[in-house]
Amino acid sequence: MSAILAVPILQVRGLRVEFAHPLGAVHAVDDVSFTLEANERLGLAGESGSGKSTMALAILRMIKPPGRIVGGRVTLDGVELSALDHEGMRRLRLAGIAMVPQGSMNSLNPVMRIKAQLADAFRDHGVQLSSADLDARIAELLSTVGLRAEVANLYPHELSGGMKQRACIAIAICLRPKVIIADEPTSALDVVVQRQVMETLARVQRALGCAIILVGHDMGLMAQFVDRLGVMYAGRLVEVAPIGEIITRPRHPYTQALISSLPSLEARGTMQGIPGLAPLLRDLPPGCAFHPRCARAEARCRAEKPAVRDLGPGQQAACHFA
Amino acid sequence: MNGFTRYLGRNLSLVVGSGLLLFLLAFVVVGHFIVDVEDARALSVRPLQPPSWRYPFGTDRQGRDLLAVMVAGTPLTLRIGFIAGILGVGIGTVLAFVAAYYRGWADTIIRGIADIGLTVPGLLVLIIIAVGIRGGLSVNQMALVVASLAWLNPTRTIRSQVLSLRERGYVEIARMSGMSGPAIIFFELMPNLLPYLAATLVNAVSSAILASIGLEVLGLGPIDAPTLGMTLYWVNFNAAMINGWWWWWLAPTVIIVLVFLGLFFVTVGLDEIANPRLRKSA
Amino acid sequence: MQLRDILKRCGVFFVIVWLAASLNFFLPKLSGQDPVRTKLLQQAQLGGYVQQGIDEMVKVYEVRFGLDRPLWQQYLSYLGDVVRGDFNFSIANYPRTVADMIGESIPWTVGLLGMTTILSFVIGTILGALLAWPRAPRWMAWLMPPLWALHAIPFFLLGLILMYLLAFQVPLLPIFGGYSMGVNPSLSFTFILDVMRHATLPALSIILVATGGWALGMRGMMVTTMGEDYVVFAEGKGLKSLTVFTRYCLRNAILPQITALALALGQILSGAVLVEVIFGYPGIGTLLFQAIRENDHFLIQGIVFTVIVSLGLATLLLDLVYPLLDPRISYRRT
Repeated sequence: MSAILAVPILQVRGLRVEFAHPLGAVHAVDDVSFTLEANERLGLAGESGSGKSTMALAILRMIKPPGRIVGGRVTLDGVELSALDHEGMRRLRLAGIAMVPQGSMNSLNPVMRIKAQLADAFRDHGVQLSSADLDARIAELLSTVGLRAEVANLYPHELSGGMKQRACIAIAICLRPKVIIADEPTSALDVVVQRQVMETLARVQRALGCAIILVGHDMGLMAQFVDRLGVMYAGRLVEVAPIGEIITRPRHPYTQALISSLPSLEARGTMQGIPGLAPLLRDLPPGCAFHPRCARAEARCRAEKPAVRDLGPGQQAACHFA
Repeated sequence: MNGFTRYLGRNLSLVVGSGLLLFLLAFVVVGHFIVDVEDARALSVRPLQPPSWRYPFGTDRQGRDLLAVMVAGTPLTLRIGFIAGILGVGIGTVLAFVAAYYRGWADTIIRGIADIGLTVPGLLVLIIIAVGIRGGLSVNQMALVVASLAWLNPTRTIRSQVLSLRERGYVEIARMSGMSGPAIIFFELMPNLLPYLAATLVNAVSSAILASIGLEVLGLGPIDAPTLGMTLYWVNFNAAMINGWWWWWLAPTVIIVLVFLGLFFVTVGLDEIANPRLRKSA
Repeated sequence: MQLRDILKRCGVFFVIVWLAASLNFFLPKLSGQDPVRTKLLQQAQLGGYVQQGIDEMVKVYEVRFGLDRPLWQQYLSYLGDVVRGDFNFSIANYPRTVADMIGESIPWTVGLLGMTTILSFVIGTILGALLAWPRAPRWMAWLMPPLWALHAIPFFLLGLILMYLLAFQVPLLPIFGGYSMGVNPSLSFTFILDVMRHATLPALSIILVATGGWALGMRGMMVTTMGEDYVVFAEGKGLKSLTVFTRYCLRNAILPQITALALALGQILSGAVLVEVIFGYPGIGTLLFQAIRENDHFLIQGIVFTVIVSLGLATLLLDLVYPLLDPRISYRRT
């Protein structure tokens, strides 16, 4: 049983994020707990607005007002992050947990060369390098992500979308982090480039031996890439299970709907969407937030919020019927 | 109505700005009842009287009652600003729509002229124009002179605004559904631009007043009109500051400052309506 | 930056020069009568000590402009004069030439405007950046309302108020002029100090107003920039907040400020003309004021032309420097 031998590298316990709003606080992340093991690839899926990106930022303690982390603990390799001061947390970003930004975004400073954007990461983390060593390190990092060394001297606008995203990955791995959080790293890239970027990400993960949290909504991509998948709905983590398990035997009705909405090659029937609309976080229904869209909903679902229950090794779900 | 007042509660700039302008309006209206506007002419009252119960704002060296001058002059100055501002924004809007909607050579020419015109210091061009047609400008002619450059800035800013609107989905849909160019402009673009146009207008009025006061202080204004700028011209002409006749410049200065502050805060408030995105960050 | 771009920008500059010259030439003609001639005759009729000068000038004037020649020939020869920097004689101060008089006042204006523009731009930009920075001290928020209010006031009105407060009520600073009367301009320490004391009030009235504008503009740009993805990622990189602030936020937010500077130069100058008049500061603005009072058309035209050309030059320089700060510009044009 490999799951028993696995060492937890990142533990998230009861994480809560609130956004202040004139009509009452909004719980963007509501009591989320999960464990990430060394070398593991964990996927976090959910509709937009389900709180998955907010949670990625919350782990890095990068929530901006009016948002606020109101509870929970994040532990990286035995270090409790909420106990760190501002400076300690800053040093831990990139060195301990690195982020790979969304592929659709302008995540590189348009007026700085790639080289300078890598160099300031080294410098601000106290890595002193001679100019020649720095050039060598940068060339090595770029080749790891499949970019030519000359790219170092280019500006972001001179790179294609896929190249920019590789450059971001190069930055993310430059201090050999223990965990990489990739928030939809391939959104807005075309399919071929998407594949290349994911392969790059997989390769550097193996080379570094780090764990990855992949945030996204593309279930197909998740199925190919991750070891375990978590599903978020309305700020809650409603199910986590090994990927094989969750695809074949989803426990939560929302996960079931999500899986059956995937087009498959065998069943060429009508594609099934999930009935109803994603709920407004500001105005969540009482009880289980999914009940208005759930085919199995009963009186209990409307009244009582289901707790997260362990269903097996590395497997949990929050549903009265799971 | 309740929602409206609540909105005003959040848009403080608009409240402060309109408040200041309403105060000036009240001053002018009430002023017309308590003072004889004829005393704004030279040689009407005893010269160089400091403020007193009889002459609350004092009198100037040529024998004008400064309260009467302010009551008569404030609307004149505002009139110059509004005529020039409305003309400027009107012409600017038409040019901007033509340039941004039809693009091509029309856009190149209109944008080129506006861009070049804006790098030239407006006051100096106005000086050349005013000197060229000298021989006693009337208040309305003054407004026309100022209007001759007042369209440059509106053209430029409205053009870029229309360009960004043009790319939105609903314009695309209107175009595909066979709506004509002018119809799209009127029914699809205009309503979305209205708050923005209002902000541009107030801004243009403010610049026009600034330009007209500038010309007047330099002695190129309507010599016999008691506008705020002309009052400052006489202040400077008679070296009122060095001679210690403080009341002479105090009244026009305070009123001009109120005019500009009022217009400025109204612009800020209208901007907030036009760009709701700014609301959170402001 | 491409050679084509540089040529294009220079082309725009020459168009501005040509337009300014043509404006100067045609606008007075449009008014029907020839104001120069009227003025000359008027002066001549007054007789007296200028009589001889006027006769001479009328001659020079008629030869130079060839009033009998067709308009286009007059126009071409006028353009020729302009190229040579010859703006004729001053009517009111014959036999002094317009070029000579402008040359004398230009250093004053360039000194005052150069210093105030740079100071207010730098101070305002830094202030605006700090106002938007979440880690800036709390009290800075109190600076906003006065900055807004100051920004809305014309330069010369603040000048009047300052003059009353700091020169008349509390005579800290001289009220009028560029240097004390009866002092001979020289490069001595006392003279320079005297000049600086005289320039303080005009400079202050420009700086206080202009700083507010730059600060408000910069603050707005900073707020926009701080929401950019690359700033979020920079923070995710664990960079020091000073690094994020300077190299990511400030560095990008300042670009539109520089574009705005090129556009604002004209307005700053228009406002400064009036400040000079109010304070009797011996620069271009006061010279222009005198020229208007004395109906000295050659002088007015010379000044307007010189100022438009110098501003065009300043804008051209800014345009040429800008691509060095923004690597995207040269790329976009290729």
